Amino acid sequence: MIATAALTAACGGDNGGSTSSGEKVTLRVSTFGKFGYTDLYTQYMKDHPNVTVVETAEGDLGKYNTQLIQRIAAGSGAGDVVAIEEGQVVNFLQSADKFVNLQQYGSNELKDNWLPWKYANATTADGKTTIGLGTDVGGLAMCYRKDLFEKAGLPTDRVEVGKLWPTWDEYIATGQKYQAGIKDAKSHFVDSATNTYNSILMQSGDHTYFDRSDKLVIDSNPAVKSAWDESLKMVETGLSAKLKAFSPEWNAGFKNGSFATLACPAWMTGYIKDQAGAANSGKWDITTIPGGGGNWGGSWLGVPTQSKHQKEAVELAKFLTTGQSQLAAFKAAGNLPSNPKLYTEAALKDAKNDYFNNAPVGELFVAGAANLKPVYLGAKNQPVRDAVENTLRAVEGGQRTAAAGWTEAIAAAQKAAK
Amino acid sequence: MTTTTPEKVAGAAPPATGWRQRLRRADTRLSPYAMVSPFFILFAVFGLFPLVYTAWVSTHDWSLLAGDQGWLGLGNYRELMQDKDFWNAMLNTFGMFVVATIPQLVLAMVLAQMLNSRLRGATWWRMGILLPNVTSVAAVGIIFTMMFSRDFGLFNWILGHLGVDPIAWQDHRWSSWLAISTMVDWRWTGYNALILLAALQSVPTEIYEAARIDGANGWRTFWSITVPMLRPTLIFVSVVATIGGTQLFTEPLLFNPGANSIGGGTTGQFQTAAMYLIQQAFTGQRFGYAATIAWVLFLFIAVFSAVNVLLLRRIRSAE
Repeated sequence: MIATAALTAACGGDNGGSTSSGEKVTLRVSTFGKFGYTDLYTQYMKDHPNVTVVETAEGDLGKYNTQLIQRIAAGSGAGDVVAIEEGQVVNFLQSADKFVNLQQYGSNELKDNWLPWKYANATTADGKTTIGLGTDVGGLAMCYRKDLFEKAGLPTDRVEVGKLWPTWDEYIATGQKYQAGIKDAKSHFVDSATNTYNSILMQSGDHTYFDRSDKLVIDSNPAVKSAWDESLKMVETGLSAKLKAFSPEWNAGFKNGSFATLACPAWMTGYIKDQAGAANSGKWDITTIPGGGGNWGGSWLGVPTQSKHQKEAVELAKFLTTGQSQLAAFKAAGNLPSNPKLYTEAALKDAKNDYFNNAPVGELFVAGAANLKPVYLGAKNQPVRDAVENTLRAVEGGQRTAAAGWTEAIAAAQKAAK
Repeated sequence: MTTTTPEKVAGAAPPATGWRQRLRRADTRLSPYAMVSPFFILFAVFGLFPLVYTAWVSTHDWSLLAGDQGWLGLGNYRELMQDKDFWNAMLNTFGMFVVATIPQLVLAMVLAQMLNSRLRGATWWRMGILLPNVTSVAAVGIIFTMMFSRDFGLFNWILGHLGVDPIAWQDHRWSSWLAISTMVDWRWTGYNALILLAALQSVPTEIYEAARIDGANGWRTFWSITVPMLRPTLIFVSVVATIGGTQLFTEPLLFNPGANSIGGGTTGQFQTAAMYLIQQAFTGQRFGYAATIAWVLFLFIAVFSAVNVLLLRRIRSAE
């Protein structure tokens, strides 16, 4: 490790690190969902003829996280550059030795390229080790099907739609109007309870299942219970299509109108575009989310120490997280940059998304981005989230009553937090 | 004089120098071991070591990423014995095994009987029946999950025409077990039918002829001749099915696409023991606990196999 660091320092000195060796290198990038890097890879390979970049992308985050942990623990199989999601970063910081310390590659000098908390959240408490470079943050908005709203006799203009639901209760009331107006048993107002539940939970601010000392507080943090209750209200009023996130039926739902609204963090817009397809261009639109903004999601790029090409991998990670690259990823996949310098730039601020009826995504997402508050997610966030959402699905599917479900969710969370 | 020559020759031959002889002796003594060693080396590396290491890990609080967090003794085992989710997974594993295996063996028997009769294009039928078995299990899982899908699935479409409301197959224990058993049976019935067919063909025709002369009808012949003659094969087929059943993993995993596949349904209604193990190891990151599950499963399978062997012996001696 020390030898590598010294070597890198030397290379950094003459600033010729990338081109000094002509050795052919293949770098594997593992991501989940949609990162929008395809064009950036092409550009990078053009500038670095000796480097080939291949990406493996997993659709579902839970599956991706499990796989990544498995490979990091096994000491082989992980990519050279891996995406670390917000729910996972605390976990990996506890085993920071499994990742290249990016400070040895001068990440401290690049610090200003990210929102201060974005950089801090991928750095150990002692400030000496940084395991990830920020990619995006997850500003929240609401995506809705304009054509279905029209059919149901609701307003379609995004400003007016936004005015329908300053709060989640009003959102539910709108949903009931939708169900009454659409007169189609196969079309529902919202995709599932879990997606809304998680949005409400992430809006609540500081922390969710774990407090900042990493103690499970699911039964004492009122934010969890109120998000739970609010999303179950949607189920009780018959608004939910009861589709499991990232299942084939959920994916198909974007296309065939199984649901009319979906809480969408910025990164979801790229996913919707992929799933709904070109034929449905202009049917989806974006407006403000009930309860104001919020932050859900956002990732970092890290380099596992098991990588055989750490130097090259760090360089690629640095390239993929520059302001320009973040802007390119925003255009390709809708991921909201974590670089605050971009928030005042016209290219981002005034950006519109033509797929979503030219929705002013810059305005919708960027406006609140600078004020986004990081939510602390504990080391065991993923298993706890899986357990709670699973129980929520059981209530949604009618296999548990709401009260029994809540008791079970707490028990399941306590078990998963072990 | 004449006898001295051979003596001389023998003497002239280099007096078997110690090292050569020893080498030869070592060769005869050790080379058999060398010949059989590949198995033992492979077994030690891939069988014994993992077994012992897993036992060692199972006595620790072992985090997947952070490693050993301290000695627990039998703490993990004690916890597992009281773990509702584990017993739920065991119930699912054995429940689905029963739901899948019984119809599978009955159907395989019927198919074998049919294939054993004079058929036009017998080889074609016999090949065809094995086709599902050579299909990738992932493909089977994905296609069947689509057919069982709630909104656009084939089965719900058919049921809809019969006036039945669409069933959320994943949501209930009975429906998910049924769906998963269907996948298992689709893949394995043909395979078992072929094995039974081979056994059927080795039953001497004289016995059947004798039975016919005695006036036994088809059903009587089947129960009194075919089934007893097939017993050893039936036992083999059910042992193989048992092993497959306890390892059931891919089908239920693929049956639950999207978020939290490993959970096996909203209340774990079709989570098998193998899935629970993986969930504890890699989602829950409790490596020690997962090792405990692995060991308990191992013991279960060992007991099961022992019972099978005893059963087999009993039947053989009965003959």
